[in-house]
Amino acid sequence: MTGHPERAARFIELPQRAAWHDQSLWFVRARRDKAVRTLPEWESLREAAAAIKAHTVSKLADYLEEFERNATRLGAHVHWARDAHEHNQIVLKILQGHGVKRLVKSKSMLTEECHLNPYLEEHGIEVVDTDLGERIVQLANEPPSHIVLPCIHKKKEEIGELFHEHLGTDAGASDPQYLTEAARGHLRDRFLRADAGLTGVNFAIAATGGFVVCTNEGNADLGASLPPLHIACMGIEKLIPGPQDLGVFLRLLARSATGQAITTYSSHFHGPRTGGELHIVLVDNGRSRVLDQDDFRRSLNCIRCGACMNTCPVYRRSGGHSYNAVVPGPIGSILEPARDPARHASLPHACSLCGSCSDVCPVKINIHEQLLIWRRELAQQKLLPFTKRIAMTLTSALFQRPRLYAFAGKMGRMALRVLPRFMVYNRLNPWGRQRELPPAPPQSFRELYQIRHGR
Amino acid sequence: MAADSRSAILSAVRSAKVPPVDRPAAFTAGIHYADPALQFAESLQLVGGRCLRATTIADARAQLQATGLVTPERRICSLIPGIVSPTFHLDQVDDPHTLEDIWLAVLPGEFAVAENAAIWLPTDRIKHRVVPFLTQHLVLVVSSGEVVHNMHEAYQRLTLGARGFGVFLSGPSKTADIEQSLVIGAHGARSLHVVLCDEPAGAA
Repeated sequence: MTGHPERAARFIELPQRAAWHDQSLWFVRARRDKAVRTLPEWESLREAAAAIKAHTVSKLADYLEEFERNATRLGAHVHWARDAHEHNQIVLKILQGHGVKRLVKSKSMLTEECHLNPYLEEHGIEVVDTDLGERIVQLANEPPSHIVLPCIHKKKEEIGELFHEHLGTDAGASDPQYLTEAARGHLRDRFLRADAGLTGVNFAIAATGGFVVCTNEGNADLGASLPPLHIACMGIEKLIPGPQDLGVFLRLLARSATGQAITTYSSHFHGPRTGGELHIVLVDNGRSRVLDQDDFRRSLNCIRCGACMNTCPVYRRSGGHSYNAVVPGPIGSILEPARDPARHASLPHACSLCGSCSDVCPVKINIHEQLLIWRRELAQQKLLPFTKRIAMTLTSALFQRPRLYAFAGKMGRMALRVLPRFMVYNRLNPWGRQRELPPAPPQSFRELYQIRHGR
Repeated sequence: MAADSRSAILSAVRSAKVPPVDRPAAFTAGIHYADPALQFAESLQLVGGRCLRATTIADARAQLQATGLVTPERRICSLIPGIVSPTFHLDQVDDPHTLEDIWLAVLPGEFAVAENAAIWLPTDRIKHRVVPFLTQHLVLVVSSGEVVHNMHEAYQRLTLGARGFGVFLSGPSKTADIEQSLVIGAHGARSLHVVLCDEPAGAA
């Protein structure tokens, strides 16, 4: 199985495109910075959010029960799913019970995690993703490459071709305004024909039994307000204690995600609408296991804003698909190995440990520290690739022997000076692949130190 | 099986060794502005909406007329008496699917938030809650005295927990999914006007 380095290598085969991707995301990061600077209380907001999350997970079972009680009181049906498969079965059963043939969906990373779409399609249900970016990747038969900006990797010309093929837009047309208008017509038609709507959940409020869904397009609201059946799917970590906590999280979410002060629509659902039905599916799928791990518990704070992706030098230059994961980027490199360490063993190494992700995280997850801990875990579980294992063993042996280390340093400096180019720049030295090695200094640090301090 | 999953999840969550953490005090240190109504208008402009300041409903009516949106040959509905001449009444509509071609909806917002241009729009008085999302153009009318500074004040005002649907709505529907180019009018309303009106609006 290929890992992140191999897939990233394919992404950077087109340097101009990689640079374009890098700049697109940096632009979003810059917008986030601008929005953050308008609020003097930003850092205390982050503290508050982290404290609310830490408290919530410490009483999560109580809050889940409180939420269930209140949601049921409001007339919603609450379901519990231990894993992805059970979640998919529950959703399918509800849909079949209502004779649903056509489902409109708004963005839900949880249903991506559970691979709900292919499951429903296998059972004869038409699923239309209605977030524009998600619809684009759905038509392209690709997974999203970013959790907030699903088709950030696509050029408008490619989207134009896709729309020409599927929606009948003019050949060669690539104007975003024109393409969005075409999608608007196409998707509004799907909303009107849908038998049921499925949404994700951004925040679920224990004290009221309601939940909040945030979008810019209005697709969640159209999907949940036209058909008579609404299904909302959420991980159990989406709970917050009360409505006043929403003030903190809604102020952080959009500013961190896109630099907006708030999303266009922050919709508060409390119970089904008159004559309609509302089902809420609570999903564990490994979350309770993470809850039990001191080192990784804080990863459950994540509100899926994507800020860590936009700032990550590795994500920006390697693209979301190189992670081969539902949630890519820094936070994904923690969440995904927690679900399947063998499959995602390369991800915690797709990181320079620069710490920028932790700096921008609105809920103060120590992302880069957790990535480092994951590297140790993976080494202990013997999940490192052979070359890395050998290199680590050799380096470790070297670092434990100061004299050998000094000697190796000397040899290395000499080798860089005297060896012919082909001996240094070859396939045994991955560090020489895309860069020139620096000129070897005449003295080592230790030699310099001795000279300057006369020891 | 369903009951089993419920107890399995709850017991897994309960048995996780999570150190107790007290619930933090409510966060109240939100930003304040010298003139919240002015800040609201500026925030609204940033998100692609337009703020109209009106002294009376008659004044608001004249200003809305001047936008060119009030075209009687299209379908217009309103829950604010006297502000436009509606062409149909929502209460007479049974199936929301027939509202597909609404051109303009004028609805009452409860209050406005200066920091982000959000309007709290409860839908208990709107027979079909899909209206603010389905209409091509949306006008929200808010009393000019009802502008709070930030979201913390907003939630202090709200009493949630009763059955119903409400939305913080900030600007017209938008997307930037295609190469980060901002396009106004994704699936929902193509334009949003917020009328801050000194005269209280009576319910229709």
